[in-house]
This record gives sequence, structure tokens and C-alpha cells, in this order.
Amino acid sequence: MSHHDNFTRRRLLKTAGALGVASGLGAPSILRAQSSDVMRVGHLTPRTGFLGPLGEYAVMAVDLAVEEINASGGMMGRKIELLKEDSVNPQTASTKAERMVERDKVACIIGEISSASALTIAQVAQRTKTLFINTGANSDALRGSDCKRYMFHVESQNSMYVKTVGRSFLRDNLVKGKRWYSLTADYAFGHDLLRVAKRFMEANGGQFAGDDLVPTDATDFSAYLLKIRDAKPDFVAINLAGNQVTNFLKQYAEFGLTFPVGGFGFDTALAWAAGKGSFVGTWPCVWHHLVDTPASKTFVAAFTKKYGKPPENQAWGDYIATKIVAQTVNEIKSADSTKIVEHLEKGAKFDLLKTRPGYFRASDHQLMHEMYAITALPENQIKNQWDIFTSSPAVPGPNEELEVIASTKEENSCTFPT
Amino acid sequence: MLLTQQILNGLLDGVYYLLIALGLSLIFSLGGIVNLAHGAFFAIGAYLTLVFSPYLGFGGSLIAAPVSVALLGVGIERVFFTRFYRSDPILSLLLTFGLAMVAEQGLRIIFGAPPLSYSIPPALRGQVAIDGFIYSFYRVVLIGIAGGCVAALWLLLQKTSFGRVVRAGVQNPDMVGALGISLQPYMSAVAALGIGLAGLAGVLLAPIYAVHPAMGNEIITPAFVVVVIGGLGSFWGVVAAAILVGLVKGVMVGIGYSAASTAAIYFLMLLVLLFRPRGLFGERITRFD
Repeated sequence: MSHHDNFTRRRLLKTAGALGVASGLGAPSILRAQSSDVMRVGHLTPRTGFLGPLGEYAVMAVDLAVEEINASGGMMGRKIELLKEDSVNPQTASTKAERMVERDKVACIIGEISSASALTIAQVAQRTKTLFINTGANSDALRGSDCKRYMFHVESQNSMYVKTVGRSFLRDNLVKGKRWYSLTADYAFGHDLLRVAKRFMEANGGQFAGDDLVPTDATDFSAYLLKIRDAKPDFVAINLAGNQVTNFLKQYAEFGLTFPVGGFGFDTALAWAAGKGSFVGTWPCVWHHLVDTPASKTFVAAFTKKYGKPPENQAWGDYIATKIVAQTVNEIKSADSTKIVEHLEKGAKFDLLKTRPGYFRASDHQLMHEMYAITALPENQIKNQWDIFTSSPAVPGPNEELEVIASTKEENSCTFPT
Repeated sequence: MLLTQQILNGLLDGVYYLLIALGLSLIFSLGGIVNLAHGAFFAIGAYLTLVFSPYLGFGGSLIAAPVSVALLGVGIERVFFTRFYRSDPILSLLLTFGLAMVAEQGLRIIFGAPPLSYSIPPALRGQVAIDGFIYSFYRVVLIGIAGGCVAALWLLLQKTSFGRVVRAGVQNPDMVGALGISLQPYMSAVAALGIGLAGLAGVLLAPIYAVHPAMGNEIITPAFVVVVIGGLGSFWGVVAAAILVGLVKGVMVGIGYSAASTAAIYFLMLLVLLFRPRGLFGERITRFD
């Protein structure tokens, strides 16, 4: 928890509830004096609402990363002091980002999952010339029409998700001449994803048998499932977000439908929540806990030891982003955001726990890195609640440029505001 | 054929709201409490299913979880609600709003924010074909249980002396008091029933919905819409409204206007409020006039 004096009623009630549970604890009054032996880093991500479950993994990961960095000497010999806040919504995210920069003098801000909130934080970052590393917002627009010089993206853009998992669909002969039925979350993320997915379908000779927009508060999918059963598509494409994916998968299994399923946006936490017997299909991932590299295994072991469960892909994003910042500051011996931006734009390489290092593309600040397509295991091959899928080899393959899965200049172009 | 299926599915879909909405309506009618924490009891019911299942199985949880939630409800009724029966509903609204947040945060602290997995018990999986209409077997069971509970509740309210006192209390609590009947134990019983039903809905939906701390928020708003459309104090009004809401939503998806399916429910509420401000079958309750 942070210790800001943010006494809105909601916060007060939450505090009261928390105190009720933890009765006997003294009030956590910590006087924070500005001191030169710590370096502050801001972490902002949704911790309540429908993205809250992913935000919790982000928070766990950033805590772990800071712990490790501080244990090995911190940044330029100074310990990192982490300020963590719930970004809630775009307005609150912007207010909190501003306070972190203006009052708390953070060196940079890391985090976010919602594309809308990421944009408002980026506006603050750009205005105050403070580095912001986006760890979870996917929309192509953030790397295109809305791109900012002080914003970098560890999270992959929607185009990368589509092109990664699209390879699996092409390989399995699910695209050319096939009829898809798609369900799309009816808000910015879903619309952006559907646009990219349609481009992929048209380029590869597929067509849509049906295409429904789903309100974000819909929890029951029975009406959609009846339509899908009636349309008999060759493939069911899911562009839903958050808990909706879990709800859909559980009910898809409940109705006994067997058309191949897949999607273009995904988080492993949603697969775990759907669980054995309900999780089906092939999905894209920036990283997952079964990635077979020594560095990944070390991270998974450290995370599991600390929290009693394996990290999911959102944890990777915030962990890696924090490590990238620390490594950069230590290398260039400066925590000045403008100097960091220049260093990253030069194509500095970073270990990402994968088979090869990655770098930020100078033209849109998107991290170029390997991704994976995961496929659900049949129920009888599942041994525990976490290892419920198999993974494709890293995409792109070892002989390809990392950029082949990213959007091209024609598809999505960025001009940094001055 | 598809439209017929959608209509049928819509009719059945309404049953989920019914269990929540009936409890809301009962507690408001008798105590004047607008229980915004009702969704939280639904969520607690779902989480308790996950807790009890390893020991009692799904069948055992079906009894144990709603009973536990009902007991919790009585506790909350005794400690909190009882202070607000005679006051402005806005006060109880604030109280239960706070309770809902405490409950959600409590679930988050105990169980974590990520959704937890829970599947339909193997014995209840599969499909049934009823006259060419293939439907999930689990949902048929779910609707059967929910329908049974609704029927039992109706019998309780209409055919027993308990029900007569409750109905009289809804109309005129002072007169009931003048006749020498204390409404206090009846209020506790109604809270137990209403909140227990919300817990039961949580158990029934845990196998097919994502179980996460904020799941109560997802169901409380449509449930309120159902109560408003149906009309306060009317048992059958709430039943009819729940089915109507399910039907409107299902048909909107069925005819290809899924994006407007949620908006349609609110539009329906608007229409009902314009032409029948008391709801479809709302009774005139003297003390709320």
C-alpha cells in the first residue's frame, strides 16, 4: 500500500475494512522525508475493476524486481523506493501520475494495463518529460497516432499478438477459405483488436460467418453460444477481455461446443481461472511460466517461492520493465529521463528471459521481442492447475528478424510530438 | 428455429436474476433497506462453494454455502440493518454500499484478485435434447433448483402464518405492532431468506461464471432493474420482470443487436417507469407513498 494522504471516502472505507481485518496493527504512519540515498520509482496499474486480477500480478512482480535490484546494489548505488498506486480509470491515472512526478519526484513511471489509462499517463509523461514504460496496454494506437517520445512499450501491440497466433492458425489450416465467428469486447481495446484481426483475415483469404459485439458487462454467453452453434463456423475467434474470456470458456465447455477456438488477446490468468476441462484453444502470449530458458526458470522459481504460485504474463511485463530501467540507469550513470530515452532509442539490448535479447524500435518505441502461441492441453494430459497448455517455439523463429511480427509503417505509423 | 431457441433461452436466462431480485425486493419491502450489499452475498456464496467443495462436494455446498451466507446475513441484519428500519432509505443505502466494498476487499485479501477456477461437477455435465432444442444439462438443473426455491418461497409467503405476518408487515408495520406482534424476528428471518437466496445463486453460478471478488457488481445492477420493473412488494411482478429482462436481452443478441442488449434493458425500465411508475405489478404500499 502507498501512504499518500488520499482520503477520499472510498479509500477511507477501504482502509477501515482493512484495519478491521488487521485489527491490532498500529496505524501505518510513515513520515517520508526526501532523502538522497533512495531513488523513487512510480508504479501505476489497475488494481480494482475488471483488470484488477492482472494488476495484482503486476504489483507482485514489481515488488520482486525491486527487491532483487536493491539486493544487488540498487540504481547508481541508491536503493529504489517504490510508490505503488491503483490507477482506477483514465482520469485518476492522470492525477496520480502527475502527483508522482510533481510531488514525489519519481525517476519514472512503470505499469498500466488499460489502453485508455496508458494514454493519459503518457500525456503527463510527455508534458513533464518523465519516462513512462507501458507494461500492459495493447492498442496499436498507443504506438501509432497517440505515440509519445517519453513512452516505451514492453507489452506487445495488438498487431504482434495477431501475427504471432495467426501463424498457428495458418499452420492448422484455419484461415484460407474458412468461416470465422468472432465475439468482440465492445470498447476501445476490442475494436482495435477486431480491426487488426479483420486485416489479417482479409490478407489470408478467410471470411466471417458472424461477428458480434459484446457489452463489457455481459456475463452470460448462452445467447451467443446458440448463435455460434447455429452458424456452424470453422473457427470461433475471441476478442474479449479480462473475466469475459473466462466466462466464455466456461460456458463454451458447458454447452459442449467443439468448433476450434482461439483468440488474439490473452492472459494466462484467464486460462487458469477457466481451469482444466474448460480451457480450450490456441492463444498468443508475450511470455508464460513454461518458457524454457535458464533465466525464465530462475524468475519463475523466485516468484513461486515468494508468492506460492507461478507468475503469469503480466508479471513478466512489470518485472522486465523494472529491470530494464535499473540496468539502463546503471549503464548510463544517470536517471535523467531524456538521457534514458536517448539511450533506449539507440537500440540498447536487454535480456528478456527469452532465447535472444530484445530492443526498443526507435520508430515507435515498441519492444521487439519473441512471443509465443499457447495451446490448451487435453484434459487427460493435465497434471496440475498451472501447466494446462503447451507452447509453440518462440515467434519469430531463430532465423527471422524480430520485427517481422510488428506492425509495418503502412499499418501503423508514429510521429513523435515535439 | 434459432429465434425460438433464443426466446426459450431468454426465458430461462431470467431465472438467474430472479434469485437475487426476490431477496432484494423482500428486504426492501419489509425493512425499507436498499441492500446494495446483496451482490456481495452472491460473491461470498460462490467463494464458499470453492471452500466447501473439497470436503462436501458440490451437492453439500449447495446446502452448506447458502446456509452459511444466510447466517452471515442474520448477523449483519442484527448488527447493522436493525438500526435503519425507521430511517430514510438513503442512510441504509450508504451503509450497504460501504458493506459491499468491505466484502469485496475482504474477498480480495483472503482469496486474491485473480479469478479462481471451478468447473461443473462431472455428473451434471453434458447436453439434453428437449424436442429438438439442445440445451446444457447443468442449466436445466440450475433452473429446476431455482424454480423450486421460488415456488417454496411463494408457498411460504402465501400459505403460512409466517407469510401472513410478513405480508401484513410490508403493508402496515404499525398495525402489526398494535396487534402485539413484534416484527423483529420476522425481519431476521426475511434477511436470512433473501440473503440465503443470493448465496444460493452464487453457488449455482460458480461453475459457469468466473469466480472473482467483484462478481457481485456484475449481477446487482440487472437485479435492481428487475425489481424496479417488477414493482416493489409484488412477488409475481419480480418473477415476470426477471423473465422479461432475460427475454429482451436474449432476443436482442439473437436478432443481431448484441451491442445494444444491455442498453435495451435500461430502455425497458425507462418505458415501464414512464407508463407505470410503480412497476408492472407494483402494489401500493402506504408507508412509501
